[in-house]
Amino acid sequence: MNEFIFFFNSVVINGAVIGSIYAMGAIGVTLVFGILRFAHFAHADMMTLGAFLVLILTALFPAVGPAIGLPTAFVMMPVAMVATAFIAVGIDKLFYKKLRENNVKPVVMVMASVGVTLMLQGLIRFFAGTGTQSLYIDDRKAIFRIDLPFESASRNLVVTEPQLLLFLFLAFAVIALHLFLNKSRLGKAMRAMSDNPDLAKVSGINTNTVVGVTWIIAGALACAAGTLLSLDVTLKPDLSFMILLPIFAAAIVGGVGSPYGALAGGFVVGLTETLAVFNWTFVLRPLERAIPALDLPNTLAFVPTEYKITIPFFILLAILIWRPTGLFKGKII
Amino acid sequence: MQLPKKDIILFSLLAALILIVFASQGSAYSVRVLAEASCYAILALGLTIQWGYAGLFNAGIMGFVALGGFITMLFSFPTNDDFWSTDLPGQLGGVGLKALLSIAIVYGLTQLKRFGVSKKVRLPLIIIASAILYLWVVTSLGPVAEAIESEAGFIGGFGLPVWVGWLVGGAIAGGIAYFIGHICLGLRSDYLAIATLGIAEIIKAFLKNADWLTRGTLTVSPLPWPVPQAGDIGFIAARAAYLSVTAVMIAVIYFLLYRAYNAPWGRTMRAIRDNENSSAAMGKDVNRRRLEVFILGSVLMGIGGAALVTFNGIFDPSGFLPLNHTFLVWVMVILGGAGNNKGTIFGAVFIYIIWTMSEPAALFLIDMARQLGTAWFEWQPPGDLDSRALQARVFVIGLTISLVLRYAPKGLFPEKVAHHA
Amino acid sequence: MALIECKNIHAGYGGMNILNGVNMAIESSEIGVIVGPNGAGKSTTLKAIFGLLNVSEGSIELRGDNITNLSPDKLVHKGMGFVPQEHNVFVSMTVEENLEMGAFIRRDDFNYMLERVYSFFPDLKDKRRQPAGELSGGQRQMVAMGRALMVEPSLLLLDEPTAGLSPLYMNEIFERVIAINESGVGVLMVEQNAKQALRIAHKGFVLAAGKNRFTDTGQNLLNDPEVAKSFLGG
Repeated sequence: MNEFIFFFNSVVINGAVIGSIYAMGAIGVTLVFGILRFAHFAHADMMTLGAFLVLILTALFPAVGPAIGLPTAFVMMPVAMVATAFIAVGIDKLFYKKLRENNVKPVVMVMASVGVTLMLQGLIRFFAGTGTQSLYIDDRKAIFRIDLPFESASRNLVVTEPQLLLFLFLAFAVIALHLFLNKSRLGKAMRAMSDNPDLAKVSGINTNTVVGVTWIIAGALACAAGTLLSLDVTLKPDLSFMILLPIFAAAIVGGVGSPYGALAGGFVVGLTETLAVFNWTFVLRPLERAIPALDLPNTLAFVPTEYKITIPFFILLAILIWRPTGLFKGKII
Repeated sequence: MQLPKKDIILFSLLAALILIVFASQGSAYSVRVLAEASCYAILALGLTIQWGYAGLFNAGIMGFVALGGFITMLFSFPTNDDFWSTDLPGQLGGVGLKALLSIAIVYGLTQLKRFGVSKKVRLPLIIIASAILYLWVVTSLGPVAEAIESEAGFIGGFGLPVWVGWLVGGAIAGGIAYFIGHICLGLRSDYLAIATLGIAEIIKAFLKNADWLTRGTLTVSPLPWPVPQAGDIGFIAARAAYLSVTAVMIAVIYFLLYRAYNAPWGRTMRAIRDNENSSAAMGKDVNRRRLEVFILGSVLMGIGGAALVTFNGIFDPSGFLPLNHTFLVWVMVILGGAGNNKGTIFGAVFIYIIWTMSEPAALFLIDMARQLGTAWFEWQPPGDLDSRALQARVFVIGLTISLVLRYAPKGLFPEKVAHHA
Repeated sequence: MALIECKNIHAGYGGMNILNGVNMAIESSEIGVIVGPNGAGKSTTLKAIFGLLNVSEGSIELRGDNITNLSPDKLVHKGMGFVPQEHNVFVSMTVEENLEMGAFIRRDDFNYMLERVYSFFPDLKDKRRQPAGELSGGQRQMVAMGRALMVEPSLLLLDEPTAGLSPLYMNEIFERVIAINESGVGVLMVEQNAKQALRIAHKGFVLAAGKNRFTDTGQNLLNDPEVAKSFLGG
């Protein structure tokens, strides 16, 4: 029983946590992919930027959280989301819009986003240093240990407060996005533009408005993903490309342009990652006790933790070989 | 041949810049900068043909650099007797054979389709077999690797001449490029960017953690040089000798590219670049040509990376950074003019000088700011202000990319593209 | 005055002109049909009118209002609808969502317009919740036309509406075009099925090599032996 709980904690909960982060990032990336038609390399640094804005707000108003009963950072998150959304729109106006109007190849747009990434990286690390920071100032991270009513269970199911907040927020965001895309005029216009940009223009849809809304959603989700990740672990300015790769893998696995695909893709990548680095030895120990001849090595994991980055990459390669349009039949574009 | 006026002005400016560096920093330092810049020029030439001829976005130059550096370390570093005198080479060879056998088995399974075995049966079979074989190889490698690390440190090198390492490094880089290109080149170019980014990180992770192969974070030094080293003939002479080697290499590469450009191969490349649809309609295999260019460019990057790492004298996997080894090269190419070899070399030297000089410049400015700040506002600067100052260079590189793309997308030496109405 | 009047249009892609002085005009009660050999500039004329490519010389007037080189979304506001030849529906969206997108610029309650479109195309009403990508070619064409009608345009531009359709669907499309025209919408249509199209045309424009060759009523063009021989396959 303990083995199962350990498995559940290490794989199911952890996998779901990292999967949710990837999903949130991937939804933003896939929307930009579908409507602006390029791979937005600066997304990871937008996540870090959002988290830093939350850090600043949390440092300025540390008493807010304890007053409400939630982490201050979480309370400040919506404000930072709005700010990040505006910054995203601003970045587009400054760096991407002109190139888009000149009809450059998508690769040039990717290069431009690399330029933006480096600028964001440089700015963030210049003003905030390269060390890790905690988003918990003046409040504590609540950890919930759930006792299971089984006799053989001496371990607890462990879930932390930020993890619960993450799941709740993701559910809320997905439902809100679903309603927006399917019930609102602007949301449908976004789907239309993703489907057929020329026809959207011909129908009179204002492409600039749709582009702006895309950046607002992408920026807000990036901020949320960065913040919730940093609440769960710590805020690391170094994250950048390490998290960009899994997010892109998730978006492509799910089918580029489809937010639901990104959601699924995020969990696929997250759970695969956790399963691959999981040390099966602990779980298989009962088997070892039962069969004395079986001698398990100390660590039996598919992939050592130092090589964790390879997993999203191989998932990506696999999907590109096997089914480039992804699970939800997005566009290869 | 008449040189256009703009070229003369730009190259004179570059010469003047080099003279300033000599005057302000001394000869030893300046020759070092030039030698490193020449290695970067080789990297940049590799990128310029990938981007300028074939429109391919390689975001993983760092990986090819690291690979070239590793191969050259492996081939040219003196042999490690602690390793060869034991039975560990045999054991390692055994693991290698197991790996080859596994690959052969998996390959054989993929060929089952010739025997009419349906995909539904084949695919799970391949996956399960791959998983089992993988675990088999990895678990047998584990103890051997640990034994190597505890008894011999690492496997050492082969003690071969340096240029062998450089060439093999280029070849292996080309091999990796074939693998990646084969999968990604038929698809969108964004996917190639993501894939190359990924492979670079993986190569780096592998080299950093395979202590039995590379000593990981303990690093390997000193690396042998193709010319006498500073200990024998002094800094300036040694570095100048190295520079002459790389300069000759650049000249040879430049000449070969020039010939290729004007040959049928080059004309096909340009036709594809200028008007892909017509070329495809004429039967030119577009993707095949792109793959050739991708491989060729990667070979150059492997060689350039090997030369760079050899020059630095130390193989340190943590020292490979996307900024320094991928995006810096990007700036060199887009500033110089993608596809224009002359412009690329100009861009490489120019940007590298600016980059190296920016480090002391940034520290100097920050120091001034710190002094003024404490004097005027009693500012308490954070302790890591110096390392933060270096982050400003990251910002500047990003800004340069954005500005060049916006205002001079064809670079300083634009490539002439024929316009067909 | 004419609903739409094109005077001496020179237009094309990039540097080269495809249209070298095209003239055209129809009234709001008319169906105008543009025919001619491949490369004559038929679709180019429609695209020039709808602001999808650059008009270097000449003018286009919508009820006397100069609309030359205005962008497509502005023209939609002015009461023009355009149905491209290919990729003319949002394949991942339902029939009804396609129509809603057609009405994007409308801020009023346009439910009555949905009903009106369904009355033009009864088949679509049953399929209103089906993704447009699952429909047959003819039904897709109807969705495409319905989408353009949602803004209640005064002028409807159709680029080869019967391309790739069976003769049965072709006739149905032409019948709908007549019905739409009779409801007060001027129609300017490019067609490859020249004979059948000219039969329903009030005005016919035969283009060749970017210039007008013949302009007359549809009936007269059909009866003219010279036109029949050169452009209508005898």
